[in-house]
Amino acid sequence: MSDDRVVKVALIGNPNTGKTSLFNQLTGLKQKVGNYPGITVDKKQGICKLNSTKKAEITDLPGTYSINPTSMDETLVLDTLLNENNSTYPDVVVVVIDVENIKRNLLLFTQIKDLKIPTILVINMIDQMKRKGINLNVEKLEKQLKTKIVLASARKKIGIEELKAKILDYKNLDKTPIANITDRIDKDYFTKLKQAFPNFPLYKSWLLITQDEEFDFLTDEERVLVLKFREDAACIRRYQHKETILRYQIINEILKNTFNVDASKASDLRGVLDRVLTHKIFGYVIFAAILLFIFQGIFDWASYPMDLIDSAFASLSSWAKSVLPPGTFTNLVAEGIIPGIGGIIIFIPQIAILFTFIAVLEETGYMSRVVFLMDKIMRRFGMSGKSVIPLISGTACAIPAIMASRNISSWKERLITILVIPFTTCSARLPVYAILIALIIPDKKIFGFLNLQGLTMMALYLLGFAAAILSAILLHHVLKIKNKTLFVIEMPNYKIPSIKNIFYEVVEKTKAFVFGAGKIILAISIVLWFLASNGPESFKNAEQTVAAQEENSTISKEELQKKIASYKLEHSYIGYMGKTIEPAIKPMGYDWKIGIALISSFAAREVFVGALATIYNVDSDGDESTIKQRMAAEVNPTTGKKVFDFPTGISLLLFYAFAMQCIGTLAIVKKETNTWKWPILQLVGMGILACLSAIIAFNILS
Amino acid sequence: MFKTIANLQIGEKAFIERLCLENIPLKLLEMGCLPGIEVQLIQKAPMHDPLYIKVNGSHLAIRKETAEKITLVK
Repeated sequence: MSDDRVVKVALIGNPNTGKTSLFNQLTGLKQKVGNYPGITVDKKQGICKLNSTKKAEITDLPGTYSINPTSMDETLVLDTLLNENNSTYPDVVVVVIDVENIKRNLLLFTQIKDLKIPTILVINMIDQMKRKGINLNVEKLEKQLKTKIVLASARKKIGIEELKAKILDYKNLDKTPIANITDRIDKDYFTKLKQAFPNFPLYKSWLLITQDEEFDFLTDEERVLVLKFREDAACIRRYQHKETILRYQIINEILKNTFNVDASKASDLRGVLDRVLTHKIFGYVIFAAILLFIFQGIFDWASYPMDLIDSAFASLSSWAKSVLPPGTFTNLVAEGIIPGIGGIIIFIPQIAILFTFIAVLEETGYMSRVVFLMDKIMRRFGMSGKSVIPLISGTACAIPAIMASRNISSWKERLITILVIPFTTCSARLPVYAILIALIIPDKKIFGFLNLQGLTMMALYLLGFAAAILSAILLHHVLKIKNKTLFVIEMPNYKIPSIKNIFYEVVEKTKAFVFGAGKIILAISIVLWFLASNGPESFKNAEQTVAAQEENSTISKEELQKKIASYKLEHSYIGYMGKTIEPAIKPMGYDWKIGIALISSFAAREVFVGALATIYNVDSDGDESTIKQRMAAEVNPTTGKKVFDFPTGISLLLFYAFAMQCIGTLAIVKKETNTWKWPILQLVGMGILACLSAIIAFNILS
Repeated sequence: MFKTIANLQIGEKAFIERLCLENIPLKLLEMGCLPGIEVQLIQKAPMHDPLYIKVNGSHLAIRKETAEKITLVK
């Protein structure tokens, strides 16, 4: 029965129209974020109860100004509306527009209407109407736009029930286009187009030929026809422009007698804020202050929950060991899985704090001002003003940062941004830096107040940014990609952020990290555990061998156990791997034990500290000072010098600052760029830089 | 010399005469930047690029190279 079916609804609208607020109101917590096949753009869907029996599946499509896409996100809107076989192809489209920008917002509405899909128009933020002196004749507007209109204020929950009722009644919507635009552009041309694709709505055929995309739902014959029409690119471009001009003429005609604004009521708060926030001096000062505040949040505030999570997982691990019967399975759980999950959870506070800040800045409209201020500077490095947000996000985790670069419309600028993001100091590098700095930099104050260790940490952050900028400049000159500027950004009005929207945004981004990067970190931890707790013949006889060695000594039972553990590690698979690569890493000042840590952290940097803890056989009580003490006391048996001395420490810091040790990032770069070429370039290029700088630093310093 | 959006002073208004269609992103037209429409320059970023304009009720930032292709009625 078709009537028992869930109604499929697509939410479409310009950015900053409150579309997401409406989506949150309709679906509440019944949301899920999935992936569209083949691409990584998040698919936000939720279920909405229309009445006691009928439900709607609501898809929140990325915000767009027009059906003609200029970036990856926007392409999705077009794909959803053109492919009728798609599982998200809507029964009804809800177009959300902002009452203040009604004219511009209606452009998208008229385009969608021409596709002959049932369409409802939601005019949002109507609570602002009176204050802004806006008058609307809804009945007349409904008639002229051939649609049903819902006046709503998503944030104040006005109009939600009415919208649900109209969605229920979608079968009675008028499906005719507003005006025969195509005839007015060039009647002959469009008659030919109509004959070529008799089964499609004319506007759909027009969209098929105007995009550069391959549409896989077309038959081979249709594809040939599309390519034939695309040959005359200049003509298509001219007609696209003509189409836009005609659409605005129609919209202006309709709005002339249905809409008016009393200009005297306009306030100039926006003007005042803009003058300050985009000022050529104050603008940058304010931005720098906000950045400082964000970093303060990531490093200072996040440290409390992170310490809690750290010790909680350590005790969970020992608890599991004490409750479960001893054996391989228990070891896998206590030493592989629990620390593995802990290694993911520990990054949540920093990521959540960072994305809260970013969400607030985006919701308020401030981010567009940052893009405006930074665009010219970033362009010198081959990037765009829009690259600033991904680069800041990179200080938490490169994976969501790379996803945040999708709205950069120029491919070259986007590619360079993606390629240099892994240089920014992500939170996975933090534990590595922390332990190495504690080992080699004295805990002293200079000038009475500047902590030397803190300064080193800051220097490493700056080094990351410098590496990102310098490699961007290099790529800018090397990459020969034709770059046409498509840079047009809206400067939205300032808004008080909605807590609900920010909450959902942060939950969603954090989830993306946990399930994206988390899977890999967990898998690696388990593999590592296996390699470190298994080995060839000599490994299996560890107990007897060590007992025989220590037969005559008077060491305690505990000491003996530690000796055995140490012997086991040396003779485990991973121990042999470390020994194998020792000659190769000697020029950087590392021994085979550091080699093990390097191999372990190849896929995820943060594993370094955990691997060291295993190597220096510290009981897993999570007490960092003991790892530190052991590392500090470690002596090279042939030279008699300390292993973690200043040259080795600096060499390691540089290695971790530059090397591309993150499988999750490589995987996302492959997905976003659609080729292995770029992740391999990152892996090799950053690897060479890391090794070279480590070798040079080690040899100069020692 | 044609006068373009890039030549406007901060706060100055003028009407758009012609857009060099070959080099203008379609998106800009779709945002309402069309011949016959009044445009106002609101702010310039340092080094006069990008430019912050108000056109057809939309507040937009565009790069100087784009602004130079939009000529104004003198």
